[in-house]
Amino acid sequence: MYDIPTLQGATVDSKEIKFKCRDCQVYYGDNHAIKDVSCDLQDKTVTAFIGPSGCGKSTFLRCLNRMNDTIDVARVTGDFMLDGENIYDKKVDPVQLRAKVGMVFQKPNPFPKSIYDNVAYGPRIHGLAKNKAELDEIVEKALRRGAIWDEVKDRLDSSGTGLSGGQQQRLCIARAVATEPEVLLMDEPCSALDPIATAQVEELIDELRENYSVVIVTHSMQQAARVSQKTAFFHLGNLVEFGDTGQIFTNPSDPRTESYITGRIG
Amino acid sequence: MSQAGERPHIVSSYDRELESIQTHIMKMGGLVEAAITDAAQALVDRDVERAEAVRSADKAIDALEELITEETSKLMALRSPAGVDLRMILSVMRISGNLERIGDYAKNIAKRSIVLADEPDVNESAAALRRMAREVELMLKDALDSYIQRDEELAEVVIARDREVDQMYNAVFREFLTYMMEDPRNITHCMHLHFIAKNYERMGDHVTAIAEQVVYLTSGQRPDNDRPKADMTSEIKLEE
Ligand SMILES: Nc1ncnc2c1ncn2[C@@H]1O[C@H](COP(=O)(O)OP(=O)(O)O)[C@@H](O)[C@H]1O
Ligand SMILES: [Mg+2]
Repeated sequence: MYDIPTLQGATVDSKEIKFKCRDCQVYYGDNHAIKDVSCDLQDKTVTAFIGPSGCGKSTFLRCLNRMNDTIDVARVTGDFMLDGENIYDKKVDPVQLRAKVGMVFQKPNPFPKSIYDNVAYGPRIHGLAKNKAELDEIVEKALRRGAIWDEVKDRLDSSGTGLSGGQQQRLCIARAVATEPEVLLMDEPCSALDPIATAQVEELIDELRENYSVVIVTHSMQQAARVSQKTAFFHLGNLVEFGDTGQIFTNPSDPRTESYITGRIG
Repeated sequence: MSQAGERPHIVSSYDRELESIQTHIMKMGGLVEAAITDAAQALVDRDVERAEAVRSADKAIDALEELITEETSKLMALRSPAGVDLRMILSVMRISGNLERIGDYAKNIAKRSIVLADEPDVNESAAALRRMAREVELMLKDALDSYIQRDEELAEVVIARDREVDQMYNAVFREFLTYMMEDPRNITHCMHLHFIAKNYERMGDHVTAIAEQVVYLTSGQRPDNDRPKADMTSEIKLEE
């Protein structure tokens, strides 16, 4: 008998767990938006959150870098262990946390400043560079990681808002990676982009996977299927199914997942 | 296994396209069943006209396969099917391929029966072949039923039955070998009869493959057990 390598052979499952989430609840006032969610998010893996609008994808994503702290009515409970440390612990500084767990939003939101300053902002406030030369180095590295260096290296002083939508989004990704995060959260990062810009960002996400744990919320199931190795399906605040992306899209085990991915009336 | 496959799609034209492909498969299945019956009957009755009809009916089977390939590839490109839809499309492509091959074997049997119409009978051989035809035909009918009803259990029964066809083939193989050794004048028609038996044996394999698709479609799993293989003729030697 020959040993035939299987498609599952890529040993995604041996990856370290970056985030261990247990019994998580989120309330907005009386609205129970996340119900008893537990999951493990792996390092060096792209995890996609999918599900119908309002099912809680963004809410859960925002728990991972305490962005819900900024929403008055929001109340979060449960364990969110990042490398074994609960990020909701009193001794954790949310600003430091957000450098470690970066976020990219739906609408590209560069600061109305130069391309250079957009990227240098984070490293400056976190004191990551001792001098101008070091800062230059950090900025270049981040712009390269954001796959936009070649397009902007000759105009670092021009405004970030003058770039195209796709370039702005890659600039925002560069800005997020400039603080050397370990986790990158992306909330529908391509929904304002055309197909070419979307493909470029997807290619970038695939490259980022080498160094980071990436979590992406997307309303495009094709996108989830294309970019992720793990997929989580949310429905009415519940995490219904979480598994290998290939399995979720060919042979989901829950009928609610099946209805959603096949476009059926659920 | 989820039951989502029974719910309609939000986009109803998607359902209509899937139904259209299903209809083609069933039509193809019906034509192939008829081809098996007619080819077997033509052989028994030495009915050249009927044999010719089987040969020309094969064109319709081929055309349906092409139509199915065209519609499935279009659906793949335009709808990006997932989950149970993806599994259905993948099975349909394979099943239509299997049906097309079975049709070819029936056509080949019909061709040989035209030659054999002028040859003498060899003992009970026609009856043995008739039994093989009957078994394969019933297996195909059950395989197609299991597909329509998404009946995994019935599909498993079909898979297990392939063994019987293999054993029938072993038996007639030995029989023909004996006749040919007894009298070299038997060689021409025994060779044709042997190829006919071999065609039935191959049909059984393709029917089994169809049943395996049903298992995949309903469970999402490939049948894990090795297929029962009872065709021993590849190891038979003339001298004992
Ligand atoms: N800032 C907020 N204040 C109050 N309720 C909110 C807020 N954000 C989201 N919600 C509610 O929480 C639920 C989940 O929303 P959300 O996480 O945005 O879903 P998704 O990202 O899956 O579309 C919805 O019922 C929504 O109305
Ligand atoms: Mg959202």
